[in-house]
Amino acid sequence: MELTSLSLSEVREELRAKNVSPLEVLQALEERIARVDPAIRGYVARDFESAAAQAKNADVSLPLGGIPIAIKDVINVLGEPCACASKILRGYRSPYDATVVKKLRAAGAIPYGRTNMDEFAMGSSTENSSISPTYNPWDTSRIPGGSSGGSAAVVAADEAFAALGSDTGGSIRQPAALCGCAGLKPSYGRVSRFGLVAFASSLDQIGPFTKTVRDSALMLNAISGLDTQDSTSLDEPVPDYAATLGQDIKGLRLGMPKEYFVGGIDPRVDETVRAAIRHYESLGAEIVEVSLPHTGHAVGVYYIIATAEASANLARFDGVRYGHRAAGAANLLEQYGKTREEGFGAEVKRRIILGTYVLSSGYYDAYYLRAQKVRTLIRRDFTTAFDKVDAIVCPTSPEPAFKIGERSDDPLRMYLADIFTIAANLAGICGISIPCGFAQADGKALPIGLQLLGKPFDEARLLKLAHAYEQSTPWHKQKPVL
Amino acid sequence: MRYLPTVGLEVHVQLKTRSKMFCACPVEFGAEPNAHTCPVCLGLPGALPVMNLEALRMTALSGLLLGCDIAPVCKFDRKNYFYPDMPKNYQISQYDMPLCAGGGVPLHDMAYPKDAQKNITHPDKVVRLVRIHLEEDVAKSFHFETSTGIDFNRAGTPLMEIVSEPEIDSPEEAFAYLTALKQILIHGGVSDADMEKGQLRCDCNVSVRPEGQKEFGAKIEIKNMNSISGVRRALAYEIARQIDACERGEALRQETRRWDDASGQTWLMRTKEYAHDYRYFPDPDLLPVKTDVLVGAVRGRLPELPAARRARYVADYGVSPYDAGVLANDIGLSSYFEAASKDSAKPKSVANWVLNDLLSALGASSGAIEACPVSPESLGKLVAVIERGEISGKQGKEVFAEMFATGKPPQTIIAEKGMKQESDTGAIEALCDQVIEANPKVVADYRAGKVSSINFLKGQVMKLSQGKANPGMVGEVLARKLADL
Repeated sequence: MELTSLSLSEVREELRAKNVSPLEVLQALEERIARVDPAIRGYVARDFESAAAQAKNADVSLPLGGIPIAIKDVINVLGEPCACASKILRGYRSPYDATVVKKLRAAGAIPYGRTNMDEFAMGSSTENSSISPTYNPWDTSRIPGGSSGGSAAVVAADEAFAALGSDTGGSIRQPAALCGCAGLKPSYGRVSRFGLVAFASSLDQIGPFTKTVRDSALMLNAISGLDTQDSTSLDEPVPDYAATLGQDIKGLRLGMPKEYFVGGIDPRVDETVRAAIRHYESLGAEIVEVSLPHTGHAVGVYYIIATAEASANLARFDGVRYGHRAAGAANLLEQYGKTREEGFGAEVKRRIILGTYVLSSGYYDAYYLRAQKVRTLIRRDFTTAFDKVDAIVCPTSPEPAFKIGERSDDPLRMYLADIFTIAANLAGICGISIPCGFAQADGKALPIGLQLLGKPFDEARLLKLAHAYEQSTPWHKQKPVL
Repeated sequence: MRYLPTVGLEVHVQLKTRSKMFCACPVEFGAEPNAHTCPVCLGLPGALPVMNLEALRMTALSGLLLGCDIAPVCKFDRKNYFYPDMPKNYQISQYDMPLCAGGGVPLHDMAYPKDAQKNITHPDKVVRLVRIHLEEDVAKSFHFETSTGIDFNRAGTPLMEIVSEPEIDSPEEAFAYLTALKQILIHGGVSDADMEKGQLRCDCNVSVRPEGQKEFGAKIEIKNMNSISGVRRALAYEIARQIDACERGEALRQETRRWDDASGQTWLMRTKEYAHDYRYFPDPDLLPVKTDVLVGAVRGRLPELPAARRARYVADYGVSPYDAGVLANDIGLSSYFEAASKDSAKPKSVANWVLNDLLSALGASSGAIEACPVSPESLGKLVAVIERGEISGKQGKEVFAEMFATGKPPQTIIAEKGMKQESDTGAIEALCDQVIEANPKVVADYRAGKVSSINFLKGQVMKLSQGKANPGMVGEVLARKLADL
């Protein structure tokens, strides 16, 4: 068996047993990347020399000692590029480590490689990267999902043992579903955002992509906790998320939101997810129908709040202090205009314009303020549902991976790819996507994701539920042929 | 026709916190450009702000000192606009929920310019405030011949914006408002409020209207004044310019003008045709903070303000209102006086020494009170020694001059000069006996009824003691001995 096909937990055991050295692990990974990434294009940058130097000094007794972790191009790693897959930040190098990166280093891990994404995390297909699309390892004519498509693809293709991504409206869970790996979006405030280039500050959250649920728990152990540099991180205790894995789930109540099973879902997804829910029943969980009555407004609310925040968050990219600066501007205003016109891609511009509009004088109350009120209603939907159930179970994405270019001219249809994931960000709850089966298309197997949603800071129970399913099904063991 | 000017002031005050508003960089004036910067105050991708609670406390304190209502929740908003001195291209500020609302600045006579103190139209006027809010300062641009440099040391400094109601009626009132406000802020310890260092900056909104007209005229904003007297001059110029324009039938429009101190004129900067839409919205990086605990902590440390001090000096010490004003208005002088008179039985004497001897010595040496060679404790001791009659007032002046020149404490100088008055009754009695015996004729005159003769005897005793005998005691002892003869 190839070293790179091991899970994070497995490679950790190999390292601890000294069967293999951190440098050998890194070298094996680099060989794998060199072989398969030209077809996947999950990475946008790697610094082997720097990682090798860290591998030589790695302490394998630490929780993630000596294990390389891929980092989405939106999270700052000292000295490395951090372009958010945008032309406007091409050449920019981070002068500091994000808090999650500091925490990974403290746990012994080696940040290795920058993964591709939709520009500034805006998109659901990773086609909005200014560098290249990323291709789905299961069918390279298809998208890997997005915006963290690079992170999902490299984990699925055994080019990484784990990767960090960010999830603003589904950007971890949806690509995890489409690439067939585990993707966890922690509760808002669980993981520090310091060093994550902000898309929508009230929705963004960093989380891991892994090959197994146990690995997600290990990653969450490493990156969680209060950070005094992020006022929105919360001082909630951090349990050992791996400790409760394997415990019985009998008697736990799982809610099926009736609004999520009403058609519009690809029948293969619908069927597979229903089968997964029946499987939970066979494991002893109780299935309960719940209602999330404001579901229909989630996408609309999301695209007002997220774009409004983004319009301000992305204002700093102006060519004055760093990044791309347009040549030949006659004055300051022209320099701003040309720099941003040249530096941002179409989707980013579309969202900045939308966000600027909804905040404009005279429209604020009708759009932004109202959206915030509806957001409160959506959050209450979940609070009410969680009074009845321990977690919610539903599809991650309404369909398997689509073809590259298929939706490029239809942003609205693209936005609907996140219909099941967006509400969790609006409500600040946690969610995970795990593989639950495959759809066959053009002779290829396309992964389907099962989404579990949990109460804020209830990641331990969510992981326990996900782990119980995973360990009693074969899906996570299947690998794309590359 | 007579025209009435109306002025409202927007004052920006840098708080003297140790660190910046949203990061740990130090607040320091005059450092190497960009020495005090970090990813947060440079607005680098991924950096996040964290509130400086001391800045919130200082703003709440300012609000309490100015009689404002303090909001129960402190919330920050993003003010969106593009400018190179604003690294995020939005400023973290407060929009619809300022930390403080209402309140006012009481004007007092001595806050007016000296030449206007005789013609105060509304004595004891209180200029009401609209609000005080907290925000982050922007960076500083330096324009060179072909380029512009930006120094981000100032970026992120906590900045209070204090907005007055448009109810200031003259340049002199504006002067008094700024002076009184500055005194309160300095006494509160929230800012050094030095306009030359940009720690206090003022924008004026000024309009004129014909007497009898209710509606205000077009609001014209003036910027770039760097002293309080500059504000007075700028307003005087601008009011005259506007009245002149009205009289010529010219329509004034809303615009922003720039004061040029050298030429003494205001110049058009921009009209309001391109009014900004700042697209304020709550900053999602900063959660709202309840202020009750902060305000409670601040209430426990409210300093005494100049107005209360002035009243106390007059009522308790019998100092004249003018002297009380001189002592109380300047924080340095006031602190000095407080320290010097701390254990004094006669604070009024201390006040006289401070106002006369100390101020004239400082004036002659162009020294600042903060760098005064005579410590307040030393001055207090000197006054006490004189009050107790241990040295004479005349000797006191000599000692003070020496203290000012050398910084030595009074006891040392008195001992060195051998000035200490002889208050040992035995020694004085012996001297008196000696003088009485040596001057039988004068003693006889005294006993015959020429009471003033005792002064000669007194003089003789003082002479014998080389001036060291306590004159009061000498008088007493002589009188007793002469009566007993």
